[in-house]
Amino acid sequence: MALRGGNARHARNFRIAHDAPLWHTPGAYPAAEFSAELAKISGDRPEETLAGALIEESAQVASWLMGCGVRLQAPDRGVLPYSRRTAFLLGGGKAMINALYATAARIGVAIAYDSEVLALTPTRDGGWEAEIATGGATRRLNARAVVLASGGPGADPAWRRAHFGGNADDILIRGSSYSNGRLMQRLVESGAQTVGDPSSCHMVAVDARGPAVDGGIVTRITAIPQGLVVDRHAGTVEIAGAAPGKSHYAQWGPRIAQCDGGLAFLILDADGVSRSLPTALAPIAAPTLETLADALALDGAALASSVAAFNQGARAIVRPPFSAFPMRAGLTFVHFGLAVDADMRVAENLFAAGMIATPNFFTRFYLAGLGLTLSAVTGRRAGEAAARALA
Amino acid sequence: MPSPDAAGEAERIVKICAACMYCDGLCPVFPALTGRNDDIAQLANLCHNCRACWYACQYAPPHPLAVNAPATFSRARMETYADHVWPRALRHVFVRPALGAGLMLAATLLTFALLTAMAGAPRSGPGAFYALIPWGAMATLATAALAWATLSLTVSTRRYWRTISAGLSPSPLKPALRRALSDIITLRHLDGGGPGCHDSGLPFSRRRKIFHHLMAGSMVLAVAATLAAAVFEHFLGAKPPFPLTSLPVLLGLAGGVGIVVGAAGLLAVEARMDRDPSDPGETRLNVSFLIALELVTLSGLALLVFRETPAMSPLLLAHLSLVIGFFVGLPASKAIHAPFRAAALLRAALERDVFPRKRITL
Ligand SMILES: Cc1cc2nc3c(=O)[nH]c(=O)nc-3n(C[C@H](O)[C@H](O)[C@H](O)COP(=O)(O)OP(=O)(O)OC[C@H]3O[C@@H](n4cnc5c(N)ncnc54)[C@H](O)[C@@H]3O)c2cc1C
Ligand code: SF4
Ligand code: SF4
Repeated sequence: MALRGGNARHARNFRIAHDAPLWHTPGAYPAAEFSAELAKISGDRPEETLAGALIEESAQVASWLMGCGVRLQAPDRGVLPYSRRTAFLLGGGKAMINALYATAARIGVAIAYDSEVLALTPTRDGGWEAEIATGGATRRLNARAVVLASGGPGADPAWRRAHFGGNADDILIRGSSYSNGRLMQRLVESGAQTVGDPSSCHMVAVDARGPAVDGGIVTRITAIPQGLVVDRHAGTVEIAGAAPGKSHYAQWGPRIAQCDGGLAFLILDADGVSRSLPTALAPIAAPTLETLADALALDGAALASSVAAFNQGARAIVRPPFSAFPMRAGLTFVHFGLAVDADMRVAENLFAAGMIATPNFFTRFYLAGLGLTLSAVTGRRAGEAAARALA
Repeated sequence: MPSPDAAGEAERIVKICAACMYCDGLCPVFPALTGRNDDIAQLANLCHNCRACWYACQYAPPHPLAVNAPATFSRARMETYADHVWPRALRHVFVRPALGAGLMLAATLLTFALLTAMAGAPRSGPGAFYALIPWGAMATLATAALAWATLSLTVSTRRYWRTISAGLSPSPLKPALRRALSDIITLRHLDGGGPGCHDSGLPFSRRRKIFHHLMAGSMVLAVAATLAAAVFEHFLGAKPPFPLTSLPVLLGLAGGVGIVVGAAGLLAVEARMDRDPSDPGETRLNVSFLIALELVTLSGLALLVFRETPAMSPLLLAHLSLVIGFFVGLPASKAIHAPFRAAALLRAALERDVFPRKRITL
């Protein structure tokens, strides 16, 4: 129960189309602009109807959430970056989750914590039977309609090994360990249609000293443009074709995953550190590059030569103390899920919502705040369709 | 990965929060964080322990990062009291709050013994109080206790202010004072960014704020009652006990009832509150202060009710002793939070004028 809320616990803001300033979201973000930005990451998807519904209904998400007791943050509070595309949750995703659970309990929704649906099988009357494990006990529940919102597959190590190849075990999981896609996999094995590419995912550079799962937002390393990235052999790591000094968050994750052992180091000097945003974990610091190399178990001569080459460029690593962040790839989500129609239907009386259905909308990269908006819009759609199916 | 020592733990938490900033809309503590050499002494008193950031924290236990910002600030707050209280010997009270209750009790008993020794024969009607305890003795004791409390709290607060104002660049005082005062009066930071604070778990409530202000406002009435009594005595020549419908008695009655209800409400809130997001020492400090205040006030109200009966003389002795004991122990009690928090709010208000809006992109 303490860890309820899946990955939404780690979310901060959600994307909404709006034509005029709202108290919580300044400026305007017209549907056409949202649509154009979504088209850039959607490949040959989504079908026009799905994309249109997403954008149109995104405009209702803020007021719907507020109606469920969720609180938003006014832009003049705190130190948030200005955003006309996204609304910010007051206190973040976990505060939202707390409000939603309180509302659900109030309106009589039964909640079974610490329970896992092991399997879903169709019943003869057109419904579904769920096999549910709670602690050591297993029970079966018959439902006339089921909405599946069990998230994407990223947190399952076996799944990652099967699809990510070599360094799959060196990747850290930014979100919940429970969003493991096993139930989705069971359905796929019994014939559910999939969408997206199981080896394509969103990864960023995270601090290698962070937790193996649930690291969330704070382990992200944002200072890469301020320094030099080397691998465990102290050789320079670059992103082909990337402009130096730019962030390229989502490209650094996959790049680090390809390094030997899935490990890389960001090397900074004192000026680089002072240009960077604060980090949850302090960097490993040393008075000289040699001692820093020792602390990181890197070859000192190789590090010196990588730094010397780097210092030919616009930024130089010269002023002590020298610092380093050990980095791994941190997986946010995978571009793979179950195929649905416009009612979010996977099969008769079985609907999917949230991350598990996300690749119906986009299959490359990501737009900030899209995950929650998609989850809210698809969740409402699936719920309404399920209710209609029962009527 | 919590750190065992308090300073290290505070620094660890503050770094995580500065990188996260999900709580920046909840209170002024988070926007003040930089993640680099933050002034924990200032932040600790800026935190009002509204607990919003405890329930909202994605890294709260059982998460391995085990973030508990309110308890961390609560513990650090106790340290700022211990580090700055004057005289220095009082620091032990903030390490072991039972000592503070002991100090109040000892001072009360000592005063009681002293007063009993000098008490005259009881009688009734106007002048009855002074017949029991001579005015001079009463005034001397009360003035001395009040002077001590004022002196100690003032020096402690100055010492704290010197710590947190080091390195503050000069900025206009007046608007900052106005803002700090408004923050104090409205207790804005008990609001969890709007919806209220968490008294008894997840649901939001304003009970703590309402009871706190009922209690604090009633204390102002009680002080006004004392001032009115002095005016009656010295300028109008009246002698206590005053008639029931007189201004001092009415003010005292209203104040007394308000304090009893307010403090009882806060005690009820303390009894129900989650223990996790507070330092246990601070909870003890809160509770012992509230109980002492209840005893002082209830004895005063009892005196008012029974002043025409033979119970008057023991009640007067008890009330006076409790009042004196309360003031003797005041500088090493929860009372210290008021000037310290006011100082922290003032510094926050001053800073806001220097950096009107910081914005970081995460
Ligand atoms: C670090 C991080 C930051 C993010 N920040 C943002 C942001 O700022 N804005 C944004 O819009 N999006 C953000 N996202 C994405 C967003 O969190 C997701 O899009 C969203 O949470 C998806 O919701 P969901 O309910 O579909 O899946 P999830 O949040 O993954 O939840 C799935 C739930 O299903 C449960 N579950 C899984 N399998 C079973 C089973 N077999 N039986 C029972 N229960 C099961 C899990 O325990 C979990 O509670 C972020 C994601 C991460 C990881
Ligand atoms: S209390 Fe938790 S959620 Fe809030 S800013 Fe700190 S780490 Fe983030
Ligand atoms: S407990 Fe309340 S006042 Fe204290 S830091 Fe958390 S949100 Fe701010």
